[in-house]
Amino acid sequence: MNFIPKINRRSFVIGAAAAGGGIAVGLDLPLGGPQIIRAADGSPELTAWIVIRPDDTVVIRMARSEMGQGTITGLAQLVAEELECNWAKVTTEYPTPSQSVARKRAWGDFSTGGSRGIRTSHEYVRKAGATARVMLVQAAANQWKVPVTECTAANSVITHTPSGRKLTYGKVAEAAARLEPPKDVALKDPKNWKIAGKGIKRLDTVQKTNGKMIYGADYKMPGMLNAAIKQCPVFGGKLASYDEAKITGLKGVKKVVKVGDNAVAVVADTWWHAKSALDKLPIVWDEGPNGKVQQDQVVETLKAALTSEQAFVGNKVGDAAAALAGAAKKVEATYAYPWLNHAAMEPLNATVLFTGQRCDVWCGTQNGEAAFAATLAASGLPADKCDVHRLMLGGGFGRRGAFHDYVTQAVLIAKQMPGTPVKLLWSREEDMTHGAYHPITNCKLTGGLDADGNLVALHARISGQSILTAVRPEALVNGMDPATFQGMAPTGEAAIGYTVPNLLVDHAMRNPHVPPGFWRGVNVNQNAIYLECFMDELAHAAGKDPVEFRRKLMSKHPKHLGVLNAVAERIGWGKPAPQGVFRGIAQHMGYGSYVAAAAEISVSGENKIKVHRLVAATDPGFAVNPAQIERQISGSFMYGLSALFYQQCTVKDGRIVEDNFDTFNSMRIAEMPKVESIVMPTGGTPWGGVGEPTICVAAPAVLNAYFAATGKRIRSVPLKNEKISFA
Amino acid sequence: MARLTVNGKNYDVDVEADTPLLWAIRENVGLTGTKYGCGIGQCGACTVHIDGVATRSCSVRVSQVTGKKITTIEGLAAAGTVHKVQKAWIDHDVPQCGYCQSGMIMAVADLLKKKPKPTDADIDEAIKNICRCGTFQEVRAAIHAAANA
Repeated sequence: MNFIPKINRRSFVIGAAAAGGGIAVGLDLPLGGPQIIRAADGSPELTAWIVIRPDDTVVIRMARSEMGQGTITGLAQLVAEELECNWAKVTTEYPTPSQSVARKRAWGDFSTGGSRGIRTSHEYVRKAGATARVMLVQAAANQWKVPVTECTAANSVITHTPSGRKLTYGKVAEAAARLEPPKDVALKDPKNWKIAGKGIKRLDTVQKTNGKMIYGADYKMPGMLNAAIKQCPVFGGKLASYDEAKITGLKGVKKVVKVGDNAVAVVADTWWHAKSALDKLPIVWDEGPNGKVQQDQVVETLKAALTSEQAFVGNKVGDAAAALAGAAKKVEATYAYPWLNHAAMEPLNATVLFTGQRCDVWCGTQNGEAAFAATLAASGLPADKCDVHRLMLGGGFGRRGAFHDYVTQAVLIAKQMPGTPVKLLWSREEDMTHGAYHPITNCKLTGGLDADGNLVALHARISGQSILTAVRPEALVNGMDPATFQGMAPTGEAAIGYTVPNLLVDHAMRNPHVPPGFWRGVNVNQNAIYLECFMDELAHAAGKDPVEFRRKLMSKHPKHLGVLNAVAERIGWGKPAPQGVFRGIAQHMGYGSYVAAAAEISVSGENKIKVHRLVAATDPGFAVNPAQIERQISGSFMYGLSALFYQQCTVKDGRIVEDNFDTFNSMRIAEMPKVESIVMPTGGTPWGGVGEPTICVAAPAVLNAYFAATGKRIRSVPLKNEKISFA
Repeated sequence: MARLTVNGKNYDVDVEADTPLLWAIRENVGLTGTKYGCGIGQCGACTVHIDGVATRSCSVRVSQVTGKKITTIEGLAAAGTVHKVQKAWIDHDVPQCGYCQSGMIMAVADLLKKKPKPTDADIDEAIKNICRCGTFQEVRAAIHAAANA
């Protein structure tokens, strides 16, 4: 893999931006042919995705990043399935973005967000596996001088059936790599999967149990220095000045550097020395006008927008206003959802070696190409003089995907110390107060029931922040942010699961100065609470059972209904719950997957909730690794319920108040409910995602159960503000 | 200069007496399995054993541990072996991102020394580590498996 690409920086950046905008890029797989492309150890490639070593080791290359969600294991399963290789001999490696550029994006999109890791790449990685298998079998047949139809492949062994002769993949890989790859290969019917579709173990576990896994924060280089950074606490503010003399001569301190226009970093022999010195550095900030912004102003702005004239229409059926005016009964409620920080366990970091002629970055990233683009821009060097080397992420959750501020900063620091590798590590406090926050929104819902208690009209007015406006304005549609309507859209991968004769979902966009970002699940988190808790309110007002009320609206949405029915049945809906235990239910759709949850809770003493049980169902179309899907469900429930009970980020004087886990708490094992997962793929295309969709149904299921238990509706989260805690 | 005894080896490290043990382990001793998560004793990613007791190394200063026996994730099992907690973690495929798991495993190893057969309530009481991937369901199953190993 020694490529020296010649590509100009401008053309790459434009190309990457276009790809980021959702334009499909055709894959130009350089498939072998007369010239063999070799890995660094000399082993031949069979397609850009697969290297087979003489000892039969199969190296599968991964464009997408592993951050705990199991994507590389799942993708490897899909490749191995088609390749018919020995799973025990499979290993993975990351190609770099620079190599990708040099090979016309042979590995396609690197982005690992939006639960797309598997669902948008399964087809071409499976084809790579099948292509390589065909070439290997052909090479064996050529060696034996027999018809290829007399040969079969299984478990990395090719067998000539009539004679019983056998060859392993490692023995014919070299010859196979010289063959012209087949143009079109057939993929297996998933019904016949033996490796994919099975809940086999992850490929990366052992190193995560013995301290040997190297995360970005652990990366070391000879002569490396360490940097600690402080950014202007107010978003949009600038660095005015700092008094370097006050820390000159402190132990280990090598340099104090300005980073961009809003930050200062201390570079020292150790990070602890850098951070200790930085804490002593007098810094003057130019906070700008945002320094006066307070939380209650934001709250008021969003509240006022709930009744504003103008709003972007995301879903419209019939005439909701007229139908509401004529409804026998009207129900109205306003909900609110706060800013949230990703708070991945590993604070943001990147290590950079800038020599003047080259710039190399080592970091955890959810998108190697985006990290690369940040590297090019900050270093000022062309694509063939830069690269990004991916390391394990200590969590991503969306923070390390669209945002590579930490890479930009690390490069800007290293540029001021050419030839010296520098690792920038943010403190937890920097990480908490300089996030890309889950957007803040409100939602006013108005529903109309006819005399028989049927829902005839629904208006959901969302007010508040748009992520795409801040992050990907090119994806706006005439100014509208379609992502705002996740789970309430008319069609597509995040469609509403109800047929309401008169429906209006609209968004009065208000963008406070706090930067928003993609936070695991993104807009399904709040939209599922808004819609599913309000559905409960409507059912109650209609005097109907919440499940029956929903079912009546879902006959044209069989997959939504399928997961709802699955959790209802498993939880025992309609049958008596244990003494003192109450149930709630919710369903939603996001990322092409249908998800539902049913909760059993009890409420004791001073508003203490015990979540006894959560039943979850997910229909992602296909399940590549059901065991990992179950882990994504229960794991995302922990993430979503931590937000429900504990978490919010608030603004005071323009800055985020919550700066560590003492004020931004996360659930512990004692609070974790028992999660029972029903993974129920029903096929179809396109495939759905796994890492994010399910997160959103835990909170409304618990909130609806809380109403069943207490008769009280909670419409603003986190619950700690209502003095509600875990039992 | 301070002398630290980590995983049975002595290290003379050039640090100030008030340096948090976490950073001396990571940067001076050079063992990076012990992780920085919060720096204020909240998350437990930095958990090590000090004279056998699970301790958050971000909140202990080097001066407090001289002469004491420090064990990190790298030294939990004797060379070439796997500790029963690590084995249970592998068998149950516990880690997701894995960043918190060094600390989680060290906390669990201590719990099992004190309570070889912990109940769910014992686990709830003793294990306070944060895991943002939410591996708790697998952690609980693996603890019981390790206890019965």
